[in-house]
Amino acid sequence: MTDQPATSGSRPRIGLFVTCLADLFRPSVAFAAVKLLEDAGCDIEVPPGQTCCGQPAYNSGDDASAKRLARAVIDAFEGFDHVVAPSGSCAGMIRVHYPKLLGGDAAYARRAEQLAAKTHELTSFLTDVMGVGAIAGRLERAAAYHDSCAGLRELGVRAQPRQLLGGIEGLELRELAEPDACCGFGGTFSVKYPDISGAIADEKAEQITQTGAPLVLGGDLGCLMNIAGRLKRRGSRVEVRHVAEVLAGDLDTPPIGEGD
Amino acid sequence: MHADTRHFRQAAGKALIDGQLQKALGNVKRGFIAKRAKARDALPEFDRLRDEARDIKIHTLAHLDLYLSRFEDKVKAAGGQVHWAETEAEAREAVLEICRAAGAKTVTKGKSMITEEIGLNAFLEQSELKVVETDLGEYLVQIRGETPSHIIAPAVHLNKEQIEHDFRERHKDLPPERQLSDPVQLVAEARQVLRQAFISADVGITGANFLIAETGQTVIVTNEGNGDLTQTLPKVHIVMASIEKAVPTLEDASTLIRVLARSATGQEISTYTTFSAGPRREGDPDGPQEFHVVLLDNGRSSVLGGPFQDMLRCIRCGACLNHCPIYQHVGGHAYGSVYPGPMGSVLTPLLQGVQEAAHLPYACTLCGRCEAVCPERIALPDMLRRWRARDFAAKPPLAGAKPALKLWAALAACPRAYQLVTGAAIRLLALLGGRKGRIGRLPLMGAWTKHRDLPAPQGQSFLAQWKAGRRK
Ligand code: SF4
Repeated sequence: MTDQPATSGSRPRIGLFVTCLADLFRPSVAFAAVKLLEDAGCDIEVPPGQTCCGQPAYNSGDDASAKRLARAVIDAFEGFDHVVAPSGSCAGMIRVHYPKLLGGDAAYARRAEQLAAKTHELTSFLTDVMGVGAIAGRLERAAAYHDSCAGLRELGVRAQPRQLLGGIEGLELRELAEPDACCGFGGTFSVKYPDISGAIADEKAEQITQTGAPLVLGGDLGCLMNIAGRLKRRGSRVEVRHVAEVLAGDLDTPPIGEGD
Repeated sequence: MHADTRHFRQAAGKALIDGQLQKALGNVKRGFIAKRAKARDALPEFDRLRDEARDIKIHTLAHLDLYLSRFEDKVKAAGGQVHWAETEAEAREAVLEICRAAGAKTVTKGKSMITEEIGLNAFLEQSELKVVETDLGEYLVQIRGETPSHIIAPAVHLNKEQIEHDFRERHKDLPPERQLSDPVQLVAEARQVLRQAFISADVGITGANFLIAETGQTVIVTNEGNGDLTQTLPKVHIVMASIEKAVPTLEDASTLIRVLARSATGQEISTYTTFSAGPRREGDPDGPQEFHVVLLDNGRSSVLGGPFQDMLRCIRCGACLNHCPIYQHVGGHAYGSVYPGPMGSVLTPLLQGVQEAAHLPYACTLCGRCEAVCPERIALPDMLRRWRARDFAAKPPLAGAKPALKLWAALAACPRAYQLVTGAAIRLLALLGGRKGRIGRLPLMGAWTKHRDLPAPQGQSFLAQWKAGRRK
C-alpha cells in the first residue's frame, strides 16, 4: 500500500469511480458508497465524464479500445488523493491491469502506475486506508457472502467486508461451501458460453441456498446480477444486495432483481 | 496432436447434460481440491517452494540449450542414446525405428502426455506393433478407444460401473460370473491382465517429468509402479520427453517434486519416484539393455523468448484443471485437445496454431483461481487474454462480437453520446422490468436470459441523478 493515511485536519479528496454497472443498473450502490466515504471523513467528487474502465474490451482482446478508455480514466482521476470504486473487478482493472496495458505508452506508463497505487476497492479503502474498523448498524438477518474473484485474488479483498459488517448488530454471516469459487459471470463469457456460465451460476446458487441464509451479499455488481438472475430464475426468494448498501443502512431499496 | 477443438461449444453442451459425466466430475472437486489444500496447509514453506520452483524453471529456460546438451552428454556417458525430434512426425519415426531395430512386437507404455501429443499409439499400431498402456487410467482409456480427459488422471471421467462393463466386454477369457463391482477387484483384474503384457513386452516407453542435466537421469513420478515395470522388464527403454522438461540439478528436481505431488494429488510425494540413468550396467540386477531418450521440440523452441515463454514452466500437475470452473463443469474431452483446462487453452494454440484453437482462450471466466494454485505461478489468465488480443486483431471487423464490443468502446469513449444512449436503454429496461424488477426474456440478450433473469435497472443513471443534485 503506497497511500498515506489521511493527515489530521485535511479530508482526503476522493474521486468516486462509479463503475458502469452501478451507474446504469444500481445507483443505490454508488449513493451508499458516497455515504460510507463521507462518514469515514472523505470529500467525494464524481468526475462527470466517466463511463467504463475498459474491462470488457480488455478481457475480449480489444487492447486498442481498452487503452483508449484507460487513458481517459487516468486523465479524469489522476488529480485525486485516492480513487475508490464499489467493485473489486473495476478497481482491479485500474490497479493491476492498467500498468500492464499502458506499460509501453511513453506518455501514460508512469501515470498508470501512479493511479494504480492510489486506486482501491471500496471496503478495502475504508479498512486498509481510512482505518475504519466496523460499521455500526442493525439487521436481524443471516447473510451469505460471495467473494468476487477479481477482488479476492487480484486485490486480496476477503477480510475487509467481513470486518466492516462485524459492527452490524444481529447480522450473522455464513460462509459458502466453496468461497473461492467463481459465480460463472466472467463478463462477456456469460453471453459467449451461456450454458456453461449458467451451470456454474447454478452451482453457486445451490451453495447459497444450502447456507439457509435469506440474504446474500457481495462487492461486485456483475457477479451479484449473475447470482440474483440465476436465483430468481430458480424461483428462489433469497435476496441479493451489494455490501455497501447494507453497510450504509439502505435496506429500503428493493434487492437486486426485485421490484417494490 | 490431432485435436478437434472446434466443437468445444457443442461438446461442452453435451457434457453439461451427461449425468454420468457430471457425477464423475464431482470427484475432481471433492478429491483433488481438498487434498491439495490440506497438503499446502501442512507445509508452511509451500509458497516459498513455489517461488523456488518458478525460479528454477525461469533459469533453466534462459539456458535451455546448455542444459539440454549437458543432459545429452551425461546420457551418452551412461551408455544411452539421445534422439532429437523437431516435429511430431520425427518423434514417431524415431520411436518406430528403435522398435524395428529391436525386432519388437509388443510395446508397453507408462503414462506419457507427450506420446498423446504426437499420437504415438495409433502410429505404432498402424506399423503392426501391439501397444499396451499400463497405467490403469490410460489402459481404461485405451480399451475404450478414448483419449485421456485429464493430464494426470486420464480416466477421471469414468465411474466404476462403466469400468466393470468395459472389463467384462474386453476380458472375455475370464470367468463371466466373477465379482467386479469393487474397485479393489477391478484393480486386481487389471494387474492380472497387464502382468502378461509386462512380461512379453520387447520395448517399454515412458514419459519423463524431469530430465536432470547434472546426472543425465530421467525421472518419472507414478502411483501404481507400472512405470517401473514398463522400463525395467523389456530389453529396450524409450523415454519420450519434450525439451522443457530439463532441470539443472538433482536438487532442483527434488524441489520440483515437492511442489508437483502436493499440487497434483495432495500427496507429499508420489508412491513411486523413479530415476533412470542409462541401460543396465554390469552387476545391475535388472534394467534394459538399451536406453533411448527422444527429445521432442514440436514448436516449443519457437516459444522461447516470446510472450508465451512462461507456459514452458508448466510441470503438468493438473492443479489448474482441477480448480477451473469450466473444466469442473465440462470435463476434459470437450476441449478436444490433448491438453484441456487453463494450461491447455494456452498451450493448444501454441502447438496447433491459433486458427485451430482460437476459441479455447475464451472458455474461461478469468477468475484467476488457476494462477492462484499453479505451483509455477504461471499467469494463465494474462496469457489467455493475450491470445484473445491476437484473435481480436486477426478477426475481420464484422466477425462475432467484434462490432458490439467496438460500438460499446466507441460509446464509452464519448461520454455525452454514452449518457444519451445508455440513459434511454436503462429507462426502457426499467420499464420492461416493471414491478417485478427483472426481465425473463429479452431479444438480443437471449444468451443472458437463457438461464438467468436480467435484474432491471433502477431507472435513472447515478451520474444523471448526481448532476441533478441528488446526494442520497
Ligand atoms: S499450468 Fe501450472 S497448475 Fe496448470 S498444470 Fe501447469 S504447472 Fe500445474
